[in-house]
This record gives sequence, structure tokens and C-alpha cells, in this order.
Amino acid sequence: MTIASRRRFQLALLLGPVSAFLAVFFLGPLAIMVVTSFLAPGLYGGVEWTFYPHNFGRILGFADPMFEEYDPIYIAIFLRSVEIAALTVLATLLVCYPAAFCIARLSERSKNFCLFLITLPFFTSLIVRLFVWVLILRQTGLVNEVLLSSGLTERPLDLIYTKGAIILGMTYVFIPFMFMPVYASVEKLDWTLVRASLDLGAGPIRTFWRIILPLTAPGIAGGAVIVFIPALGNFVVPAVLGGAKVMMFGNLIEQQFLAARNWPFGAALAMMVMSVMLIMMVAHVVLSGRRSAAAAALAR
Amino acid sequence: MQNSIVRLVEASKAFTTPEGGIVTALDRIDLNVRRNEFLTLLGPSGCGKTTLLQAISGFVELDGGSILIDGEDMTDRPPYRRPVNTVFQNYALFPHMTVGENVAYSLEVAGVAKPERREKVAAALKMVGLEGMEARRPRQLSGGQQQRVALARAIIARPKLLLLDEPLSALDKNLRQAMQIELKTLQNELGISFIFVTHDQQEALTMSDRVAVLSGGRIQQLDTPRAIYDHPVNTFVATFIGASNLFEGRLDGDRLMTADGMAIRHQPCDRRILTQATALIRPEQFFLAEDNAPFPTIDIDLDQIVFVGSTFELFGRTAEGRKVVAEVPANRRSLIGTVEQTRKARLAYDPAAVHLIGTTTGAA
Repeated sequence: MTIASRRRFQLALLLGPVSAFLAVFFLGPLAIMVVTSFLAPGLYGGVEWTFYPHNFGRILGFADPMFEEYDPIYIAIFLRSVEIAALTVLATLLVCYPAAFCIARLSERSKNFCLFLITLPFFTSLIVRLFVWVLILRQTGLVNEVLLSSGLTERPLDLIYTKGAIILGMTYVFIPFMFMPVYASVEKLDWTLVRASLDLGAGPIRTFWRIILPLTAPGIAGGAVIVFIPALGNFVVPAVLGGAKVMMFGNLIEQQFLAARNWPFGAALAMMVMSVMLIMMVAHVVLSGRRSAAAAALAR
Repeated sequence: MQNSIVRLVEASKAFTTPEGGIVTALDRIDLNVRRNEFLTLLGPSGCGKTTLLQAISGFVELDGGSILIDGEDMTDRPPYRRPVNTVFQNYALFPHMTVGENVAYSLEVAGVAKPERREKVAAALKMVGLEGMEARRPRQLSGGQQQRVALARAIIARPKLLLLDEPLSALDKNLRQAMQIELKTLQNELGISFIFVTHDQQEALTMSDRVAVLSGGRIQQLDTPRAIYDHPVNTFVATFIGASNLFEGRLDGDRLMTADGMAIRHQPCDRRILTQATALIRPEQFFLAEDNAPFPTIDIDLDQIVFVGSTFELFGRTAEGRKVVAEVPANRRSLIGTVEQTRKARLAYDPAAVHLIGTTTGAA
């Protein structure tokens, strides 16, 4: 065996299991979904094996004239989901960015302890943690009890089952996802550059915009992608904290599959989310790839 | 104080170590830096030289005392409002900006218009020998070039004072020596004061108008390089700058008698009356004695002879077991040959070249 072919064999050995797993459990279901999204729904669930583009039509404006009229509600729900996901990104960033600076300045031991604390929520069930938020936010919950007994409000506030509650819950869930990439770039920040900027006459605010922010931007971008994508498709948080009042795209898909039993339409909705995510991922990869390629070209 | 650009009065700073101890970095330091002067702060690591530099640039807040720059009190001013710029040890160039943007940074911050900025950047880059490099990125440049960009960036706004924090320590030897001369030239051209921090005594002696030797948060001696080398005020300065042979003992007329019975001749000076002193003989003050030479001598057994080009370094011990180092010219090959064979040398010295350092008597 030549060295090259042996190396290829070793690579195949290392990558084989993961490739096989993904092929069976990721590409397979994905293919089924793609096919399903172009099939007609069966009358009592299931699918009928005819080509039927109106699943997408129902979302985008060319609904099947036989059964229904086009309703822009799906696009509205999608846009609302994008809005909630974007606000979640913003909220997690506002929490994590300053915290990353604080933690990066601690001693090695305290740092590790803080990182441990941030991953601690993963040790308990997400559902349990979300129901704690129900206890805190509901009409007779902790926040309202405190507000009422202190006389700040006369009637309990509507905190739960609002968009705000969903964003709060999502922020809570996704903080660790934002924190890690942001922290990684903040910790790498060379503080002598900050000193150089101050030395050259730039005040703290200008130093932040011109030096600190650009140098930590890769971490922010990474965190934004990592939070935005699962936030967009999330259906657990809106199901628990949004109730029936505020629906996100994830809930819609779940509903189509489980309650309405319209699998093709559910599959079409899922394809919509996936295509938007793919576009974002590709954009992120291309942009950061171009950045590092440019840097590499310059370094030569 | 028209002649002084920086004045430190009783500047003090102490740090608390993680273990709870207290380290005095600056111990009531008084310092006057003159206009258009190249002043070097020299000392071993931990002597307080970097703290002193950062106190002037504003990154270290003093516990006590004050700092005046050009007559103005700067003690409580943040770094970005002091008329001082720094060249950092690792250059600290902004990696996300081009060379031109780096150099223009302080002008941009000060609100200088773009055409004027471009002109000044070109001039500053020309001054450091990097004409037309505006569009490059810092990481495309060699260490020496990055150093020059850092220099251009620090001088473009014409600060009243330029601080240099061991800027040459990352460069290789030849480049370092070239940069030493260039820095000195640049300082003359600009006509501003440079405060240069280094732990390299050679560098300090080569470039400076004056050198401040620091140790333990205090300025041990502040003088011209030559005065510091020839007339160190204490044994710390004597050993830190250059190689030295020190003999401590009791003074008796034109002799210094060591406790183990050696006698070192010196030129008695009447300006100080000392009883205890340390005699300093630099290695190059020794020469190999020929017979009947009218000079006092020290006999040593040689441990090692090292050829360093223009000179030989002789490492040996006296009969009393003291280590002595001598540096003798390499052109006296016959004498060296004898020394090499016998492994013994008779070192002669001129009493006039012996420098006496007053010993502060510990028994008060």
C-alpha cells in the first residue's frame, strides 16, 4: 500500500461511521421530507402520490383553487418568528458580551468556575426549566405577587403568553450558545491594542467602536448564527410560554404534522425554514471564508 | 523649569501581589527629563522602569506624588488626554487596519481632515523608511517594518514626548543595532524628548544622553552613559553596567585592604573621607604585566581564556580565591601564549583607573 492510499484508507476509517450515521438518519429523512412536500395530502392523513405544488402555493400565494384561498398568515407567522429569533440574538448578545469581558479578566480558576456555571443549565431538563418560568410569570406567579403586595400595580400584569415572555424564555435558553463564541473572541482580544488606542488619543467610547468591536466581531457573528438558527425553528419555548396566543413557525409545523395531519404542508413549511437557514449559513461561510482567504492572501 | 519637559515629584506606586504581599514599584521618585533629551530607564526586570513609563503615559495611577508634562499637571489625566505617545514592546499595531490607517489613527481621532491626514501619513512613513506602504496590512510586514510603523504611528501627531517600551527587544542583533542608530537620528530630527526603557545595558550606553539606572523602585543613578560606567555610585550600578571586579575593604592611605589581606592601590582623593570603600576595576583596565613594570599587580590562576576577537577574556582566581575577570588586547600574542602555557597571569593596573565606591557602613 502506498502512503497516499494508506492515508486515504485511514481517513475513510475515521470518517466512515459518522458518514454512515448521517446518511441514514439525516439525509434519508431529509429526502423523505423533500419528496413529501411536493405530494398531495391524503384525505385522512398520509399522502397521495401525485405531484402537488400547492403546499408551497399555500404559503407563497398560489393556493390550490379547489380547496382554499391564499392566506398571508403563514408568511406573517414566519416573519414574526424571524423577528423573535432576531430579538433573541440581540438579547443574548446584550447579556453575554459584557459578561464575557468580566469573566475574561478573572483568574484562571474563577474563569473555569464561571464557564461551568454557564453550562450548568444543560444538566437539567429544558421543559422543567421552562415550567419554572411559567411559575414566575403567570398571573399568580412570583413577579405579579411581588408587584401586587408592594402596591406597585393594582391588577396582575399579563406577563405570560406574550411575545415578551417568549423572547425572555428563548434568551434564557440560548445564552450559553451565544456566550461560548463571544467569550472565545473576547478572551483572545489583545489588550495592548486597546492601550495603544487610548495612548493615541482615542477615548474609551471611540476605542470600543474602532478597536474592541471590530476585533471581537467574528465571535459575535458566530454566536448570532448559532442562536438565530435554532431560535427560528424552536417550538418548545413558544408552546410553554406563548400558549395559544403567540405562535411561531416551529409550532405551526408541529401542528400540521401532529394535529392537522397534513404532512405535505408541514413538510413544505419545514422546507421554507430550512432554505432560509441554508442561505444564512452559506452567507456566513462565504463571508468569513472570504475574510480569511483575503487574510491568507495578504499574509503570503 | 523651562528646560524640563517631564517632571516627576515623589512619584510612588505599590502593587499588591496575588499572595497578598506588597511590591514597591516606584519609591518616591523624583525625575526631570530635559527637552530634546534621549533618556534611558535601565534596570533588571521588576525594577520599576516599566511602571515609571506607564505612570508617565497614564496607564498606571500613582499612589502619591505628581507628574508634570511641559509644566502642566497630568497626575489625574487619562492616557488619551496626555500629549505623550508610546511605542509598545510588541508594536501593538491594529491588525484590522492597513498600515496607513494605523499611522493615521491619532490624526483621525483628533479630527484632522482626510487630505491633510494622507499627506502627514506619507511624510511619517517616509521618515521611517516605509514610503508607499500605506495599503499593506501589518501582518504582511517583517518585525523590523512593523517596528517602524509603530514608530511612525507614535510620532505623527508630534507628541511632546515619545515613550519607548523595550521596542527593540524582539529584533535580531544586526537589525537592533541599525535601529538604535536610526532612533537616535530620528530623535534629533524631531527635536522631542525620548524616554526609552530597556534592560539591555549596551543599548542604554549606545543611545542615551542620560541613563537612569533603576532598582527596587528607586533611581540609583542618573547621569551620562560615560559617568555611569566610569563612576558608578554604588555596587549595584557597577555590577549591572559592564563587567566589574569589586574589592571591598578598609582604606589606608593609598591602599585599600580587603578582609582577606589583599591590597589594592588607588589614587587617594581628598574630596571624600572614607574609611570603608569598594574598589572597582573594570576588566579592560587590567593589562598583562611585563617584568619591572612600575604598576601594582594582582596574580591570578587562570580558569579559562576566551577569545572574543579583538580581545581575550581571562577568568581566574587570586590566591585568596576571589574571582577576577580581565580583558586584554589580542594583539599581544606572545604574552597570551605564555599565559596559556603557565595557566597563571600577573595582571597590572593603573591606580588612577581604580574607582572607589563609598560603602555605607551598616553599623549605625
